Amino acid sequence: MELLNKSLRELGNLIRKKELKPSELLETLLKRIEETEEKLNAYITVTEEEARKRVEVADRELEKLSEDEIPELFGIPISIKDNINVEGVRMTCASKILKDFISPYDATVVKRLRERGAIFIGKNNLDEFAMGSSTETSYFGPTRNPWDLERVPGGSSGGSAAAVSARSALASLGSDTGGSIRQPASFCGVVGLKPTYGRVSRYGLTAFASSLDQIGPITKNVEDAALLMNIISGQDSKDATSAKVPVPDFLSSINGEVKGLKAGLPKEYFVEGIEPEVKEKVFEAVKRLESLGIEFEEISLPHTAYAVETYYIIAPAEASSNLGRFDGVRYTYRAKDYKDLIDMYKKTRAEGFGDEVKRRIMIGTYTLSAGYYDAYYLKAQKVRTLIYRDFEESFKKVDFIVTPVSPTTAFKIGERTDDPIKMYLSDIFTIAVNLAGLPALSMPCGFDSSGLPIGIQFIGKAFDEETILKVGNALEKELKLNTLPPL
Amino acid sequence: MEFEAVIGLEVHAQLLTKTKIFCSCKNEFGAPPNTNVCPVCLGMPGSLPVLNKRAVEYAVKAALALNCKINRYSVFARKHYFYPDLPKAYQITQYELPFAENGWVEIEKSDGTKKRIRIKRIHMEEDAGKTIHGEGFDENSYVDLNRAGTPLIEIVSEPDISTPEEARLYMQKLRDILVWIGVNDGNLEEGSLRCDANVSIRPKGSKELGTRTEIKNVNSFRFIQKALEYEIERQIKVVKSGGKVVQETRLFDSQKGITKTMRTKEEAEDYRYFPEPDLPPLIIDDEWLESIRESLPELPDQVKERFISDYGVTSYDASILVREKELAEFFERAAKAYKGEAKRVANIIISDLLGVLNEAKLDISDSPVTPEGIAGLLTLVDNGTISIRVAKEEVLPEMVRSGKSPEVIVKEKGLVQISDESALREVIKKVMAGNEKAVKQYREGNEKQKQKAVKFLIGQVMKETKGKANPRLLNELIPKVLEEG
Ligand SMILES: [Zn+2]
Repeated sequence: MELLNKSLRELGNLIRKKELKPSELLETLLKRIEETEEKLNAYITVTEEEARKRVEVADRELEKLSEDEIPELFGIPISIKDNINVEGVRMTCASKILKDFISPYDATVVKRLRERGAIFIGKNNLDEFAMGSSTETSYFGPTRNPWDLERVPGGSSGGSAAAVSARSALASLGSDTGGSIRQPASFCGVVGLKPTYGRVSRYGLTAFASSLDQIGPITKNVEDAALLMNIISGQDSKDATSAKVPVPDFLSSINGEVKGLKAGLPKEYFVEGIEPEVKEKVFEAVKRLESLGIEFEEISLPHTAYAVETYYIIAPAEASSNLGRFDGVRYTYRAKDYKDLIDMYKKTRAEGFGDEVKRRIMIGTYTLSAGYYDAYYLKAQKVRTLIYRDFEESFKKVDFIVTPVSPTTAFKIGERTDDPIKMYLSDIFTIAVNLAGLPALSMPCGFDSSGLPIGIQFIGKAFDEETILKVGNALEKELKLNTLPPL
Repeated sequence: MEFEAVIGLEVHAQLLTKTKIFCSCKNEFGAPPNTNVCPVCLGMPGSLPVLNKRAVEYAVKAALALNCKINRYSVFARKHYFYPDLPKAYQITQYELPFAENGWVEIEKSDGTKKRIRIKRIHMEEDAGKTIHGEGFDENSYVDLNRAGTPLIEIVSEPDISTPEEARLYMQKLRDILVWIGVNDGNLEEGSLRCDANVSIRPKGSKELGTRTEIKNVNSFRFIQKALEYEIERQIKVVKSGGKVVQETRLFDSQKGITKTMRTKEEAEDYRYFPEPDLPPLIIDDEWLESIRESLPELPDQVKERFISDYGVTSYDASILVREKELAEFFERAAKAYKGEAKRVANIIISDLLGVLNEAKLDISDSPVTPEGIAGLLTLVDNGTISIRVAKEEVLPEMVRSGKSPEVIVKEKGLVQISDESALREVIKKVMAGNEKAVKQYREGNEKQKQKAVKFLIGQVMKETKGKANPRLLNELIPKVLEEG
């Protein structure tokens, strides 16, 4: 466990100095996965054999390389949310419809990690097609929260967050469309970063809502997130929405000065529905940050009130379009008995998709229909612009914004599955960030009275992940929380 | 009551780029099924489209040639429907903001009158794959996605077309222009150019539009005319018998020459268009637009005008010469190489060379005869070395067969014309000796009979000299020798 608790940089250094063999690290990790998987169900696929083959090569290569030739992730196993393509590995998106799909190519983020020496250990569980906030809608069964096995790990990147929390993953990549990295990170007591829209290539990420999706790291600490961001960020010729913006060295800047930074506390985020303990811990963290010389002021993000409604028009609309390709014709599951083409489509999709996915496809199909488009989709896009302007206004005064990640700590499995609206509200503090395309960091800031982790969110200016990582790193060092779950 | 038709055409033209519009797969016809494919054009999860700049350039080139206004800001959209050959279940196209609008082309009708057909808009989109139903294999349907992602432009005309003939001429004109500027191969059989027609009828002179039907897939010039003729006739019959035309999509059955209902308005699909979130808006800045404009060649209509004014070619010949760019270039090079009247160059190319090439199944672009060869051939006629008949019937076909120059052929085959008077006199005398009847007819006959006899004797001399006798000289000499007795 001591080994698995080390940061990526520490592990990289041990390997570089040849004090640790990639095969030793892998075997330790595989053992931990074996110990925890029965309880957690954080992985859909563990690519044990493939990883063993790769570390065998890495062990040998290591002998030949000099210290500075060895890239920072050499021989380090990383896990990937199962909606991101890893060549030759099954990618299910936690759906029956893709249960036998083998990825024919690497996502750009996977390719970039490979180039820095990483190997891949497996694919993490998620809500089906990343639609959900609890990882309960997975065709492969729910993932459980390492802090309390009766509770959800959050979602949709629940498998990634649970695995990193339980140390059955050293680090993972998740995806965030409305909070899917940050909310599970918060529920599991780990760090999750949703980068600025366009910062990280989406090529190879199964699209849920194309204008909101971003891939980001889920890690044990802020430093690991910065390290992964250094590798996965940057323009990609395969993603026309990836931005041509220079990538700073996040790792070297996390130790920078935070004194004098200005932070905003949006008044709309600390009102109704928020658990007192969550509010309390977030304010305690604010006090600690104040003691480090960060100045706080109250700000207003008035259109946040419409964020959830706006999101639940835009995201399902895009999803209904993106999921059309899963039609039984080429690579998906196909229903057995059908009488003609239309019947094949209907049965395949009826049998292949789960309820939550179907619900969103139906909402999206409806809002994009002729006669409704203007009233829903177009209007939602206008509100989206207003939400963005709120942030833009605020960032004239402050360098970053502080909010809770979720109004509650991890809830019980099954507690919200019959109430989609209540489920949707668990993303109330994270959704506006996706609508505005901004970066946001989620990290632990304490525990509630039942010992469940509470998360704090730092929202940054567009393409300014540096500031929020820096602040997060400072807070982490200040709080020195024990984030190892009692599993 | 008399009726008139109102017709608008939607023409899909494939762009001749080397690669597809949103991925780097090859854009080619005829490859083995599903070999020019990748995660992007197969619609694999996680794949994303990236716009091919060359496709934009070709599209803009076409729009400029069709006199369109180029929108500097245009937006891609998704058009949704389910079909096995549409991998993503949506087609990436342009909807509310196309890249080009408000253009026109001019057609010339058989009676020589000209008419301008306005173009409403042109947008860019991707082609779908092909579904093949059981052909020769079995009862199954097969999907070939090689064509999926081929760049297309859709050219939408205003309803300015009034007759099936105009529709055909418009389509031909579009084809000629697109092929001329090198963005389309003009191959209708392979589907490089496809046409849907919207048609309605109204009482002649009326300003109101009638209910229209859309005819899908009329993919040859002949079928466009035939399908529209049938459909207009059908609509007139419906109205005359007191019925109403129903708004619907109809399919042309080329074997029976009729149109049939495909789907009615009620069954029409809702495509649920919305802006494509995977592609940023397409911005065409000044610099880019100018560089595309500069790459545009002189267009057929301009070249035609120039041929008429600079080379004195007839309007009819000029329009034949500009039907293909290679042909126009061939003519111009030959006309420049030739010292005499360019009209004669046009004439020999159109009435002789094209026919000989056609028999040899050759295009002008792979003609073994060079433009300089044509100029040389005419020069040989002008300086009396050979007759025009020998030039056309003997030398030109040999030029096509062997690729040799006319001078070499004339020498090798001994085709130099006999212009020596004494030599010709010998032949004439010999012919007269063998054709006493004609000689008698000349000497005793009236003017008409005299002429007939001369003509006959010329023919015989030509036969004797294998066509090499100088015809002008022969014309003078024969009566002379006959008179001399
Ligand atoms: Zn492709």
